[in-house]
Amino acid sequence: MSARPVLHSDDIARALRRIAHEILEARRGDGRLVFLGIPTRGTALAERLGRIVDEIEPGVAEIGSLDVTMHRDDLGRSATRAPAPTRIPAAGIDGSTVVLVDDVLYSGRTVRAALDALADHGRPRAVRLAVLVDRGHRELPIRADFVGKNLPSSTSERVFVRLSEVDGVDEVAISQ
Amino acid sequence: MKHLLTTRDLDREAAVRILDVAEEMAATADREVKKLPALRGKTVVNLFFEDSTRTRLSFESAAKRLSADVITFSAKGSSVSKGESLKDTAQTLVAMGADAIVVRHPASGAAHRLAHAGWIDASIVNAGDGTHEHPTQALLDAFTLRRRIHGADARGRALDGTRVVIVGDILHSRVARSNVWLLATLGAEVHLVAPRTLQPAGIDEWPVTVHALLDDALATEPHAVMMLRIQRERMVDAYFPSEREYGRMWGLTAERFAALPADTMVMHPGPMNRGLEIASVAADSTRSTVLEQVTNGVSIRMAVLYLLVAGVEEERA
Repeated sequence: MSARPVLHSDDIARALRRIAHEILEARRGDGRLVFLGIPTRGTALAERLGRIVDEIEPGVAEIGSLDVTMHRDDLGRSATRAPAPTRIPAAGIDGSTVVLVDDVLYSGRTVRAALDALADHGRPRAVRLAVLVDRGHRELPIRADFVGKNLPSSTSERVFVRLSEVDGVDEVAISQ
Repeated sequence: MKHLLTTRDLDREAAVRILDVAEEMAATADREVKKLPALRGKTVVNLFFEDSTRTRLSFESAAKRLSADVITFSAKGSSVSKGESLKDTAQTLVAMGADAIVVRHPASGAAHRLAHAGWIDASIVNAGDGTHEHPTQALLDAFTLRRRIHGADARGRALDGTRVVIVGDILHSRVARSNVWLLATLGAEVHLVAPRTLQPAGIDEWPVTVHALLDDALATEPHAVMMLRIQRERMVDAYFPSEREYGRMWGLTAERFAALPADTMVMHPGPMNRGLEIASVAADSTRSTVLEQVTNGVSIRMAVLYLLVAGVEEERA
């Protein structure tokens, strides 16, 4: 099994910078902007995006994480997973624009779980979705608002996102 | 993990994992919606052959916070008083769709029997069996210790080097037994204190240091002192001359409390006999973790129910 790299470190940095600009462009009004990463790698991406947004418009971004384990629809069908920490900014999410951040958008089930998990914390004014890679094959009516790279793939292929915070290296690869 | 019967068969990794999951469960208490959907559609039965309001309510609220349906079965006034066997009771409950049974029973080994006799397929949680074990109590004690010592930085950690003194009726205490195995597994240094008459046979083989006098144990400057309840209902023989004598020799009196290091925690599984094993000034101080232990009990029991019931059983590697 050989993994073919499709995004390198500077590609990922460029994609995130573009997404950050798009998020600011799409932002209407002056409401709070809360980046919530879905663990594990979404959390790292949310932190990076938040930092870039903060460089462009200081003081705008708030950063946190949102664990979705308890809300997954396959919870009773797989081995029990330990939940990861959820960190919501102290001011909460009521009335803010929440940007959910994940590494790969595939079936859409994780995002559905995230929307459910989010409702336990309050009622944001709007929820957006930013992903590094959209590989297609949606099983639910869900789409991303901000995409780093569209990566047409077959269901037999696997997409690996590696980030320096978690894996020591920045890379997106695809394998048969 | 299918059952939780004893802390003896938990290895360090499994124990830390339960504590870590409990941290996430504890975090849900600050949310707008405090309920998680993890056990939606599952049924948890509380099967209590012994009175225990605290433990039963703790398990009940844990199961409800996870969205499970809860059935509580108290042996008093039930078919058990008509002579129904444990086997028949358990099979009846499973026939009603129980996914997990939380069992409290006066006989040591009752939970083990339910889990391994082949009568039923449900997950079993031991909520206290005779003088044997009470694993969720030990887990919540370890969780309370870890939180006080490491604060927000507790995830992933054990209790290496923590000195804990456990005082009282070790002979009859399932809380002490479960704590001994768990705390030792987590790397803590455990000291037991009891009158000779309340030390069980074989205590020399436990991974602990045994003292007959409380003052000897307190001289080790422990991080925590755990006072056990003198269970008056079990004091049928003359284990000690009188309650006053016990309080003077083995109770955490105001004088002993004042002499402790300033950051030593005072723990008690409840309900307390104030003035007997613990003075009010100790029980009500900021160093007392009694109410924290109750709160943490719900988080621990949520973690245990979640890990046992939510998913399908892991493949044994």
